[in-house]
Amino acid sequence: MGATSQVPDQAGRFGAFGGRYVPETLTRALDELTRQYDEACRDESFRAELEDLSRHYVGRPSPLYHAERLTARCGGAQIYLKREDLNHTGAHKINNTLGQALLTRRMGKPRVIAETGAGQHGVATATACARFGFECVVYMGEEDIRRQKPNVFSMRLLGAEVRPVSTGSRTLRDAVNEAMRDWMATVENTHYILGSSVGPDPFPRIVRDFQSVIGRETRRQCLEQIGRLPDTIVACCGGGSNAAGMFYPFIDDAEVKLVGVEAGGRSEKLGDHAATLNFGRPGVLHGAFSYVMQDDDGQTADVHSVSAGLDYPGVGPEHSFWKDTGRVQYTYANDRETLDAFDALAKSEGILPALESSHAVAKAVEIAAQMNKDEVVVVCLSGRGDKDAAEIARLRGEHF
Amino acid sequence: MSSIDTLFKTLRSQNRKAFMPFVTAGDPDLEFTSALLRRLVDRGSSMCELGIPYSDPIADGPVIQASYTRALDAGLHVADIFDMLAGTTPELPAPVVTMVSYSIVYRIGLAQYVARAKAAGVAGAIVPDLPVQESDDLAKVCRSEDFSLIQLVTPTTPPDRAKQIADKTTGFIYYVSVTGITGERTELPPQIVDNVAWLREQTDLPVCIGFGISRPEHVRMLAPVADGLIVGSAIVRRVAEAATRDRQSVLSEIADYVDQLLAAMP
Repeated sequence: MGATSQVPDQAGRFGAFGGRYVPETLTRALDELTRQYDEACRDESFRAELEDLSRHYVGRPSPLYHAERLTARCGGAQIYLKREDLNHTGAHKINNTLGQALLTRRMGKPRVIAETGAGQHGVATATACARFGFECVVYMGEEDIRRQKPNVFSMRLLGAEVRPVSTGSRTLRDAVNEAMRDWMATVENTHYILGSSVGPDPFPRIVRDFQSVIGRETRRQCLEQIGRLPDTIVACCGGGSNAAGMFYPFIDDAEVKLVGVEAGGRSEKLGDHAATLNFGRPGVLHGAFSYVMQDDDGQTADVHSVSAGLDYPGVGPEHSFWKDTGRVQYTYANDRETLDAFDALAKSEGILPALESSHAVAKAVEIAAQMNKDEVVVVCLSGRGDKDAAEIARLRGEHF
Repeated sequence: MSSIDTLFKTLRSQNRKAFMPFVTAGDPDLEFTSALLRRLVDRGSSMCELGIPYSDPIADGPVIQASYTRALDAGLHVADIFDMLAGTTPELPAPVVTMVSYSIVYRIGLAQYVARAKAAGVAGAIVPDLPVQESDDLAKVCRSEDFSLIQLVTPTTPPDRAKQIADKTTGFIYYVSVTGITGERTELPPQIVDNVAWLREQTDLPVCIGFGISRPEHVRMLAPVADGLIVGSAIVRRVAEAATRDRQSVLSEIADYVDQLLAAMP
């Protein structure tokens, strides 16, 4: 089967991937979410309200910026940055949380829960909940709370409760587990705003659709600003929501090369990275059949990334589908290349990128250097890097 | 006819109910698990449910999660569990079923998992993260091996879907008493009684109730309407002490606790 935009099917399958591997307790809520989302998609007023919020509250469309000094530094293709870092709350995550907040209101649920790694999704969820008046609880691993302190404080300022997760690796994966457990008991009055294109059907489809505004705008902006589609698009990929939203509107444009960049971490050794599509294999985690990092018994393996948002042992099922069909090429940037790319963008363009997005910058710069000057590479700059300042200082041994 | 079918046929003919303890494999080690299974059956348990430790058990509360973490941290592998069972089940006059995540079953291989479990004397599997619409592949393997695939019905399951689940289940139906994760509860929702009574009218399969059951008053409330009761976290919590205390006294305390619950059975 070739890659197509006509997925998932009725069972939530992207080719072989996806599905719904969750306890029976959650089935009714997922069925209800599917029904409400499908109705909302057909509802003109729902779409209009989301568009209005995107424009006046988030600040969309986000610019497509020609990074001329970074381009000159590479000496190859023209590099453009899709500036999701300029959105309200500083990342692409708000695109999804506002959409799901509208769904929450539609379902009449007064309480929202979420997981967060880097804290960007947590802040975006807390923001949407404040805007709509929902009670908000965000689960976050203790290790991530340590390395993303500014976002933790922001969530509290926005009125959310941040619940530290001390089980397992104390990172994103454990935060997802705790959010699922909360939902098991509260499903009647609570919506779980999952932040990435992972999890049981219909989440991967819903998150991809709400994030697809990134790719739709990029497509239109490319036609307006350069008069054609780009040659290559690069996005970082942990769970893969910014990449899914960026790539999806280009899936049927075979001439546009799509590159997903995973977290290469410290080394290629199991446990030292989070490059699931590069080194993992198909299996089941967090409700979906997709590539995962597991041992031979099916136990989830430990992963590592310098960026909390990519420090995850799974990936969205649609990415697994795109990988196996060959539509998207998945590579990885290690921690060192990522920190170098962070520096390069800061010094050449005056933009501090999130460490997650710095992975995409690292590979985009490498790819652009091998291309001609009349070619175009677009990078999804999914978030801003202010949240990472303290962690970067710590890694450099500098006082913050 | 599987050993589970035979068990419930016998119990029903005697108008008795099944008491089914849940224990985590390998907590604190497999030698203790083996001794615990023997002791539990010795005291009158009709069947044992053995939890296969998993790294990300989203349906489990803190007590069972912690037991899984202890077992995995000690280096437990699925192959070791089957070895222990192969040495234990021949002398155990009660069926054993595994509670296992589909992540593990899929990684080991559906046919491979069922074959290895069966060879170790296991009668069936409960796969809590495999809802009925995803269960066809495993159900097919289980049917051909006469290995029971026990499916779950919960308070949030609509009636039509509950019937569909009953049609696809073998062995017994696991009725989840509460909307939530595993763990002891002080009180259980009273509507369980009506829900289980309704479910038993829809099917000839035995219906057993689990999640939250930990006290004699729970047993008195639920045993009359069900074919069996499952008690997990209350036992696993007591097992947790086996790592640091005299094992024989922990085994005796669990046996005493089980006696109290059994005394409340009709």
